[in-house]
Amino acid sequence: MQKPIILDCKNVWKIYGAQASRIHREHDGNPSSETLKDHGLIGAVRAVNLQIRQGEIFVIMGLSGSGKSTLVRCLSRLVEPTGGEILFEGKDLLTTSDAELIEIRRKKMGMVFQQFALLPHLTVLENTAFPLEVQGIPQADREARAREVIELVGLKGRESYYPRQLSGGQQQRVGIARSLAVEPDLWFLDEPFSALDPLIRREMQDEFLRLQNLLHKTIVFITHDFDEAIRLADRIAVMKDGKVVQVATPEELVLNPATEYVEEFTRHVSRSKVLTVGAVMTRGGDDIKTAGDVGIGQRIEAVADMLEASELPFKVLDDEGNAVGTIGRQAVIDVLVGRVLKK
Amino acid sequence: MNLLRRIFLQKAALFWVPIFAVTWVLSAYSFPLYKALGARWIIKYPAGARLQLEAKISAFMQWLVEDASFGLFSFRDLTRFISSLIEAPYTFARNALIDGFSVGLGSDAVDVAPSLSWVAVIVTLAAMGHYARDWKLAALMAGCFGYLAVFGQWDSAMVTLASVLIAVPIGAIGGLLLGVLAYRVPAFEMFIRPVLDLMQTVPVFSYLVPILFLFGFGPVAALVATIIYAMPPMVRVTIVALRGVPSEVHDVGVMVGCTKRQLMWKVIIPSAAPTLMVGVNQVIMLSLNMVIIASMIGAGGLGYDVLTALRRLDIGGGIEAGVAIVVMAIALDRLSQAFATRVADELPSNTTQNLAGRHPWAVTVLVVAIGTFLLSYILPAIQDYPESMTLSTGTFWSDVIGYINVNFFDTFEAVKTVFLTYLLLPVKRFFVGIPWAWGIIVMTLIGWRVGGIGLGLLSGVLTAFIAAVGLWNKAMVTVYLCGVSVLVASAIGIPMGILAAQNDRANRIIGSFIDTLQTLPSFVYLIPVVMLFRVGDFSAMVAVVLYAMAPAVRYAAHGVRSVDPQLVEAGLVSGCTPRQLLWRIKLPMALPELLLGLNQTILLALSMLVITALVGTRDLGQEVYIALTKANTGQGIVAGLSVAFIAIIADRILSAFATRARTKMGMAS
Ligand SMILES: Nc1ncnc2c1ncn2[C@@H]1O[C@H](COP(=O)(O)OP(=O)(O)O)[C@@H](O)[C@H]1O
Ligand SMILES: [Mg+2]
Repeated sequence: MQKPIILDCKNVWKIYGAQASRIHREHDGNPSSETLKDHGLIGAVRAVNLQIRQGEIFVIMGLSGSGKSTLVRCLSRLVEPTGGEILFEGKDLLTTSDAELIEIRRKKMGMVFQQFALLPHLTVLENTAFPLEVQGIPQADREARAREVIELVGLKGRESYYPRQLSGGQQQRVGIARSLAVEPDLWFLDEPFSALDPLIRREMQDEFLRLQNLLHKTIVFITHDFDEAIRLADRIAVMKDGKVVQVATPEELVLNPATEYVEEFTRHVSRSKVLTVGAVMTRGGDDIKTAGDVGIGQRIEAVADMLEASELPFKVLDDEGNAVGTIGRQAVIDVLVGRVLKK
Repeated sequence: MNLLRRIFLQKAALFWVPIFAVTWVLSAYSFPLYKALGARWIIKYPAGARLQLEAKISAFMQWLVEDASFGLFSFRDLTRFISSLIEAPYTFARNALIDGFSVGLGSDAVDVAPSLSWVAVIVTLAAMGHYARDWKLAALMAGCFGYLAVFGQWDSAMVTLASVLIAVPIGAIGGLLLGVLAYRVPAFEMFIRPVLDLMQTVPVFSYLVPILFLFGFGPVAALVATIIYAMPPMVRVTIVALRGVPSEVHDVGVMVGCTKRQLMWKVIIPSAAPTLMVGVNQVIMLSLNMVIIASMIGAGGLGYDVLTALRRLDIGGGIEAGVAIVVMAIALDRLSQAFATRVADELPSNTTQNLAGRHPWAVTVLVVAIGTFLLSYILPAIQDYPESMTLSTGTFWSDVIGYINVNFFDTFEAVKTVFLTYLLLPVKRFFVGIPWAWGIIVMTLIGWRVGGIGLGLLSGVLTAFIAAVGLWNKAMVTVYLCGVSVLVASAIGIPMGILAAQNDRANRIIGSFIDTLQTLPSFVYLIPVVMLFRVGDFSAMVAVVLYAMAPAVRYAAHGVRSVDPQLVEAGLVSGCTPRQLLWRIKLPMALPELLLGLNQTILLALSMLVITALVGTRDLGQEVYIALTKANTGQGIVAGLSVAFIAIIADRILSAFATRARTKMGMAS
């Protein structure tokens, strides 16, 4: 059963430049690339449709300049879309009043930024408590809550530091703590780890997954790093020149890239980390002698050693525990050497 | 036609050489020409065609003060209201620092409480120094203000400090609010930008005139002038600072659900605070500069001491007060810079400590203030620094200057004569000889050539204004003095800048020299100059050169330093000698920066020139100064505008040049 849609984004456009909305209107809300170019406009986000479901990590991936930040800012209405509809919990964000919007942002949304965007004059504690302060929550209450989230992100003991006294990774932990202080339903992260060193980045990704296991937020996560995307995502939207070219699970993306552009990205990923047993198993084969069981949703990486060590194939069980196929060492080798697995 | 146009607009030599030749001929022969043709209008703008602007402005001001009314209240009520608003805190500050509090008037006055003792003031400032940075700054503050006490400048210095204490908060907060408004309302920004531009070019003396007229002679008028003078940079800095806040920080504010007001005051302004503090530092330095100048309309204090000493040619007294100003300027500059860059490195102390533990300095200051107050009943020397213990350096300075004048008189005279004969006088003759009508034509042509027809018209019209108000000759004297000073300033400053750019040691020395020059209020430059060279154009030139040299050095250094290192390497690889490297690569590439530095030098020179009217030049500055002494508003404003117009023409033409140079070299503008 599918989870309910939290954020529904329908035919959203953001065009930069003079007279953008007039041009958009005059071309029936669907100007072509040539039209935009002729008028000297930039189509930062073009005809984007997305549904984001409760509790999923939805990653928007694309090269720099492909419009990811603009899209996520449209979703939070930090920038005014040129056209389209954005339904948040069934309500069109583009027609809500300023006062309502402030209320929604205070209670239901959180956002983490690439350059951390901490307020330099506030301590870690004050930065974290800032969203609550803005709401007028008494100091004692908001600080108590802030201490909880600071502990959650592993910064206990640094409450009275100033941002400039922290490392990049620590600063982003504060950014995360701040965005979680109000217990948002919908959590936006715009390239939160891109400004960090690779080692720290991995550590933060693990941390992020740990948090999500505790909190089960609905997440829109932006990145330009495909490895990061497949590591974190339940579903990925790939963007190019303002358009979404494909929305799929990491596995589908690797198996069935919609365009050459997407394929180019998937080419260098390590497939054993993406593909699941289900994607490479052989269906049927109830009568074959097997060495044991593996789950259909397990990543190849997780079972590779076991499969390889065994002469016999393994039985594949689906979520209900029914045998649906078999998988053997040949399949693992195919995955590892990148033999094409078109279904 | 087309060919003519091409030649006119493209061949540089074909334009500049004939223009200069014609100008030179007309300048040299304008007088014989007038005699020969019997056409007096050639050398003098016809009186009949004069714009009667002065009288109109004066009449308007008269009307404003006497009759203008906004229905419920008159204009006069408004100025009185502003006066009282400023006067009350000023009186308080003066009482607290120097006069003491009393009730009643004149001889019936009863003292209620004394002012802060000199010990308390020094401790307070030292405490601020320590709070803002460290013990070294505290020692500097104590040293500087201790100097003022020991060398007998305390009372005047406190009067000046009181003015600064009032002008700075008003200027800084007013500038901040205007800047915030401009940031939020684009229409307001469109309106305020040209106003700020004009404020920056109108010489300070010329706003003294209408202010004197509106507020009367006294400290309030001086404070109003100071605030008006010090506020524009704060507005500019505020706009830049607010714009400079990263957009993500702005977005954070929106995303956590700030209202517009919360966004401004809790997110954007605090994030911009370090840059805003740079603006506050500027306000402090400009206020100090202006408080000194404003002693002419009643500010009192150190500026007044310098002014009277200059008038009396009291060498020792002038230098004493001048040094006191310098000491105070350096102390305030360092203190406010320290506040601007203060880093709260120590972790915030936990809140369980007692009051004294959390605010050690505030408590110390309070204890010292009360303690010295009580002690002063036993030991009056603690309240007022004892007269008998002051040292005067006045006679020492008089002796030094006397010695220099006796022993080096001939040398100074010789230098002065050489400059006068071979530089100042010929240039003066050239500029003053230019007939006004040709002047207008030439400025239009030059403007057109460097910046297109729009700039041509602008500079033509502004030049025509100067001729039409009958100030042509004085304006030409201004142009000549400014031109010569800028030439000398560049001849000294640009090599210094180049040296600083290429040598770290030189850079440190030159850098701190220039920093100090820039801290000094403009008035101070007059003192040694007059002492050594007496009054006249040469003294004016030296003062202007000293004052206006800083940007020439700075921009030259910056320009040379920011030449693409790859270009330099390319030069090295192709075997350039260091000399060739400089002349063939670095300087041509630094040209746009040099032009901008020239532009700034001209603006500073013009603003200083007006002040040098005090040492007896006969230019537009003198015109403003006369207007000031006669409180003739019309005359002051018209002359002030003329100076501003010269500045604007120079600014626009040089900026256009710099842009052209950049595009020619393919640099992004
Ligand atoms: N405020 C703006 N004005 C004009 N163009 C913009 C603005 N913001 C973004 N763009 C343009 O929109 C495109 C998408 O930018 P952005 O959303 O920041 O991309 P990404 O986050 O994927 O790197 C880019 O071409 C960028 O130049
Ligand atoms: Mg981005």
